Amino acid sequence: MTTLLSIQDLKVAFRMGKADGVMQRQLAVKGVSFDVPENGTVALVGESGSGKSVTAMSILNLVPSNAERQGRILFQGRDLLQASTRELQAIRGKDIACVFQDPMSSLNPVFDVATQICEPLMKHMGMSRRQALVRAEELLNEVGIPEPRRRLKAYPHEMSGGQQQRVMIAVALACSPKLLIADEPTTALDVTIQRQVMELLARLKQSHQMSLLFISHDLGVVGEISDHVVVMRHGKVREKAPVADIFGSPQDAYTKALLACRPSLTENPARLMVIDDHIAGRAASTDVRAKDPDAPVVLEVTNLKKSFWLRDGLFGRREFPAVKGVSFKLKRGHTLGVVGESGSGKTTMGLALLRLHEATGGTMSGEVRFDGHDLLAMSGADWLQMRRRIQVVFQNPYASLNPRFTIAQTLREPMEIHGIGVNTAEREAHAIELLKKVGLDETAMAKYPHEFSGGQRQRIAIARCLTLRPEVLVLDEAVSALDVSVQAQVLNLLKDLQDEFGLSYIFISHDLAVVRFISDEVLVMQNGDVVEQAATSELIAAPRQDYTRRLLSAVPRGYVGVPRAI
Amino acid sequence: MNAALHSSGGVWAASWRRLKTDRVGVVAMAVVGAFLVLVLLAATHLVASSWQREVGVPNAPPTFVGPRPAEDTGAIAVPKGPNVDLSDIDPLAPRYAEWAERAKAFKTDEVTKAETLPLGGDRLGRDVLAKVIKGAEVSIVVGLAAAVVATFIGTLLGALSGFFGGRVGDLLEWVYNVFTAIPTILLIFAFAAVLPRGIGAVVCILALTGWTGIYRLVRAEFIKHRSREYVRSAEAIGASQASRMFKHILPNVSHVALVQLSLHVVSFIKTEVILSYLGLGVGVDQVSWGTMLAEAQNELILGYWWQLGAVAVFMAVFVTAFALFTDALRDALDPKLRGLE
Repeated sequence: MTTLLSIQDLKVAFRMGKADGVMQRQLAVKGVSFDVPENGTVALVGESGSGKSVTAMSILNLVPSNAERQGRILFQGRDLLQASTRELQAIRGKDIACVFQDPMSSLNPVFDVATQICEPLMKHMGMSRRQALVRAEELLNEVGIPEPRRRLKAYPHEMSGGQQQRVMIAVALACSPKLLIADEPTTALDVTIQRQVMELLARLKQSHQMSLLFISHDLGVVGEISDHVVVMRHGKVREKAPVADIFGSPQDAYTKALLACRPSLTENPARLMVIDDHIAGRAASTDVRAKDPDAPVVLEVTNLKKSFWLRDGLFGRREFPAVKGVSFKLKRGHTLGVVGESGSGKTTMGLALLRLHEATGGTMSGEVRFDGHDLLAMSGADWLQMRRRIQVVFQNPYASLNPRFTIAQTLREPMEIHGIGVNTAEREAHAIELLKKVGLDETAMAKYPHEFSGGQRQRIAIARCLTLRPEVLVLDEAVSALDVSVQAQVLNLLKDLQDEFGLSYIFISHDLAVVRFISDEVLVMQNGDVVEQAATSELIAAPRQDYTRRLLSAVPRGYVGVPRAI
Repeated sequence: MNAALHSSGGVWAASWRRLKTDRVGVVAMAVVGAFLVLVLLAATHLVASSWQREVGVPNAPPTFVGPRPAEDTGAIAVPKGPNVDLSDIDPLAPRYAEWAERAKAFKTDEVTKAETLPLGGDRLGRDVLAKVIKGAEVSIVVGLAAAVVATFIGTLLGALSGFFGGRVGDLLEWVYNVFTAIPTILLIFAFAAVLPRGIGAVVCILALTGWTGIYRLVRAEFIKHRSREYVRSAEAIGASQASRMFKHILPNVSHVALVQLSLHVVSFIKTEVILSYLGLGVGVDQVSWGTMLAEAQNELILGYWWQLGAVAVFMAVFVTAFALFTDALRDALDPKLRGLE
């Protein structure tokens, strides 16, 4: 097989401004070499900060202007590092195309789909607008968008995340590139949509005879479609091998750790392996502590309904039911998993328990009994007291901490509101104690949220909830935005905290593998309805509904031995 | 406890530390400070208190230009012959000697008017330097006070409307629409009709007509932020509505208000010119940069550019320094920019 792209000893450094008259540089990629064969799929795997995206974006010089690149990037024998901007522009989109992580922000919101697909066609292929439109319709059809002719006139916000990513892929495919660089194309999507997009990419790679450079933090995802895997950490290649070898006999401790830290559907350890465990050679503990089946019920929800007002016409409005009657019981120290795709009402249900409403209002009914009180009927001061006992951790750790508050302020505020601790010193001492519990130390107190990584921020958000000594935590996709390795650490932390404080969790997620790891009971939601409700082991072993089976089959399985049927 | 010590300084101390490292910001702050000191001195009559005295010749040029060359006195030739004796037909002739005698009892002091003044003189010979300093008092006080009040009104109403939405939002949107539907100059006339004249009234007029743009921007920011997860998190821990609005969201949208504040200071100084021109601004016995600019119009045609020059330089320096200072302040208040060059 001939080599299409060859990266040889690539080094990328970022200029970080001058200090004492000397230019400070930070080396992000420290000598990376690998080849992408023609018609092959190479996966670049690593955690955030491993330099995988910088490596891929260096190929087309799509890196920030303060980056300096060294080494050789040979594409069809030509060194792209030496190419001028004009030459690169001719290659971008035509020979090498890119698909990025967040489809929502990589499509231009003010242009319709047709304009965005036609642009590369008219620029690189010299087509007229009419020809380009015909081709655009074919492309949309090819990426599996229903009614392509009508959807050409749609704007990005009128499409779902999965459809937007399909449009991005259509834009990338427009000029039949020889190489498609996909930078975490499915990380922002639900598992079910992720599966569809992965299958689409695999199919298109075959039909278009192109190579694919696939970047991901999740070995499980890449295992299914790639031929070769390059594992990166801290700007260096840790291991590169054919996919069968990576999954069959991984050589590097880090690769092994990455493989082990993803929760799976087949085995259920008490704790997930984290990278450090593996590198230190510690074995996974398998003693699953049995939960007390007779624990008292802390939260009992009966027929909870929540709807929103939608604008209808000029002055009218109609009711949109987001949650159509959910009932469950949550026992002390237990975890209830809530699974479903986006739009299934799982988050709305979680927030309704906390009476955190969308700004648009809407009606709510049903009964939420917490320790004998109906939360929905409470008012004023009573509710403030209750609020302390039921807390929430949100999905996006980058958005859930106030960027203008230091960690000390963030952690002190809830204690000040609820009068926990007598003075600032005592509150800060308590905050530091909690920071240590979640794996940080007191140096964090004076810092601002942006100085922490996503995983660390999520720990801080958890610590903020713990300041109030809650009894129930609603975890709204709390680990979905994290790398698998960090996800494992946070999941372990959640389990430890549950054991220590006897917390009850409502764990909302779209990923059944994660839910299986942490939950005792699972609620499957679709379009606001509960379609299945069972103990976790039962549900995984014998799902009763098609929808549940679909969610189960969407969980990435890693390398399955045989190439996927296309 | 090291960490506690570190954080005890709080946001303001940290902001001050960041501001100190910004060289441009510090210089701008010094210039703005100098202007404020000048305003204070003028207000307490320590400087430029005698700006109304006619100390120079009319339209005296600036010192660095030098005195005007003596003018040609006219085209009529001076007659050369002996004086005509009018004594026999002038009925007052016999009393001239008596009057001259009486005049000797009084002392006459010939006031010598300066040929040049430091920054020149106006058409009455008043010192432009003194005028521009006294004018700074009015203009800066009006510009700053009106901008601060307008920003306050705009931010408060914008916060309420954006945060609560619904009925409150609708009501405030109506108020906004009413204010923007009326042409600005008519609105100014309407307010001027009900308010007494004076600097306070000018501040009120400008603030009451100028808050709308700020309201709109702040409202949009609040709508964007109210459903952000950090605000939801604050609600989940029991933070009150006021706390969420002003403690959580406001610092995160303060850059909008600050930039608007600095833009409005500039525009209000200019609007005061228009008001004074229309006779709705400061009184005739007061001077502002606006009235000076209005005077400079006529002088410029005659080639007397110094009044315009002095005002333009003072205004440009103040406005630029103020804009740079608010920029630096915005950066200093944003913890994310710490350490970036």
